[in-house]
Amino acid sequence: MALLTVKNLSYGYDSQAILTDLNFSVNAGDYLCIVGENGSGKTTLMKTLLGLREPMSGEIIPGDGLKKNEIGYLPQQTIVQKDFPASVREIVLSGFQGQTGLRPFYNRQEKAQAQENMQRMGIEALADTCYRELSGGQQQRVLLARALCATRKVLLLDEPVSGLDPKVTTEMYELIRSLNHEGITIIMISHDIASAVRYASHILHIGSEVFFGTKQEYIDSKVYNKWIVAEDQSLTTDH
Amino acid sequence: MIEKLTLYFQYPFVKYALIVGVLIALCSSLLGVTLVLKRFSFIGDGLSHVAFGAMAVAAVLNLTDEMMLVLPVTVLSAILLLRTGQNTRIKGDSAIAMISVGAMAIGYLLMNLFSTSPNLSGDVCSTLFGSTSILTLTEREVILCAVLSALVVLIFVLFYNKIFAVTFDEAFAKATGTPADRYNLLIAVIVAVIIVLAMNLVGSLLISALVIFPALSAMRLFGSFKGVTICSAVISVICAASGIIISILAGTPVGSTIVAVDILAFGLCVLVGKLTGATRE
Ligand SMILES: Nc1ncnc2c1ncn2[C@@H]1O[C@H](COP(=O)(O)OP(=O)(O)O)[C@@H](O)[C@H]1O
Ligand SMILES: [Mg+2]
Repeated sequence: MALLTVKNLSYGYDSQAILTDLNFSVNAGDYLCIVGENGSGKTTLMKTLLGLREPMSGEIIPGDGLKKNEIGYLPQQTIVQKDFPASVREIVLSGFQGQTGLRPFYNRQEKAQAQENMQRMGIEALADTCYRELSGGQQQRVLLARALCATRKVLLLDEPVSGLDPKVTTEMYELIRSLNHEGITIIMISHDIASAVRYASHILHIGSEVFFGTKQEYIDSKVYNKWIVAEDQSLTTDH
Repeated sequence: MIEKLTLYFQYPFVKYALIVGVLIALCSSLLGVTLVLKRFSFIGDGLSHVAFGAMAVAAVLNLTDEMMLVLPVTVLSAILLLRTGQNTRIKGDSAIAMISVGAMAIGYLLMNLFSTSPNLSGDVCSTLFGSTSILTLTEREVILCAVLSALVVLIFVLFYNKIFAVTFDEAFAKATGTPADRYNLLIAVIVAVIIVLAMNLVGSLLISALVIFPALSAMRLFGSFKGVTICSAVISVICAASGIIISILAGTPVGSTIVAVDILAFGLCVLVGKLTGATRE
């Protein structure tokens, strides 16, 4: 059974549907990229998948015994976070909150695992630094380490590389790829179609036309080729 | 001056005022960061108006124990405000404005119509600015304040990590299985209790200052949630204690003196923050 099955899903804001009748499924170990133009409803879809918004109709069915507190999430950044006084360690540890229940403090094992996740993301030297003093790339690593504390199964990432410079972007993509190779399922929103096609195993394209399939099926599809041509044209007219 | 102080401290009401003042200042600073960062400060403001209205009703009814009415009304309003704030139909801000300004107007009206007090404007003034009430506390009120303060501190410590998670990133907390709505409710209830407590110290108009200034000051100096929380508690306690002592010595109104000291501390922290470069703009 699939880790996540989406059946006839319609979602949107205040009875205004953004997308209707969406169907796709994600298996354990998949690397799904959600692509589409700005404003096409990618973030809203992810929030609906996470249960932050009610679907208007249709179903989101978790499989493989996936529980709510076994999901990791890296949100598109908000402004409030930017001037928040919080150290890297405090933020990473907060990833465990969903698993603590009513227990007031983090236990030794959780602290050790937070340390390990900071090491993997290469930010252990920054553990006591204030989040707002970090560069954009470092901040994304902190949020990724927090997401890793929340899950060993599936990560949902909303534009994890937006605002990062090309070198850091590549590092970030490699990190995510290595997590996927360790068996963590990835569901990632991206507006960078080239990288999506390079790294993903499956693609969900939303917008006026909707496509879901494996990467190869996507490359052969009309949707993809139309979009590539459109992007090329907008690039040539820009210059 | 020392002599004058030792003389004053022989009076139980001065001791009471200091104990209660310090306890209330401690509680009110704890949730300052959360209120500032969650954009909840307007809820605090709204609730203080509601508390004023409730206080006015209690005065008109000639209740001996005002807290018994003011506390439940304020807690209930906190829950209500939070609910409407989450409702997208009525915008949170206008709901708060409606409830709070309404409560204030009705409260003042009731006081005007039914009050038997010979000094009405004095009563209103002291409810708004808490002028002398802190020095006239009875032993019972002191005990009630002490118990409530201790409860607030205990709950804050036990839920500290959850409050952090919900404040820092509510969407993440919810998405990963934290019952964020329940903790938001808890925060709102604690805020309501703090406001009712703080009303005794500084009056309803100055509560926001007591809650927010220490947090803003500490945020200039520290970069971790724990550091800011502890620092703002320390600042708040020191400011309240020195404010109370100054007001006794100089005969100034307690509430506004404490807030003035808080503002001074804020200025100092901005300066120190700039000099040490502890936080970047
Ligand atoms: N809180 C909201 N209320 C109403 N409409 C919204 C809200 N947030 C986003 N939208 C609208 O929903 C559409 C999809 O937004 P979003 O999911 O953020 O797109 P994407 O992430 O693909 O850029 C946009 O047209 C946007 O204007
Ligand atoms: Mg988006």
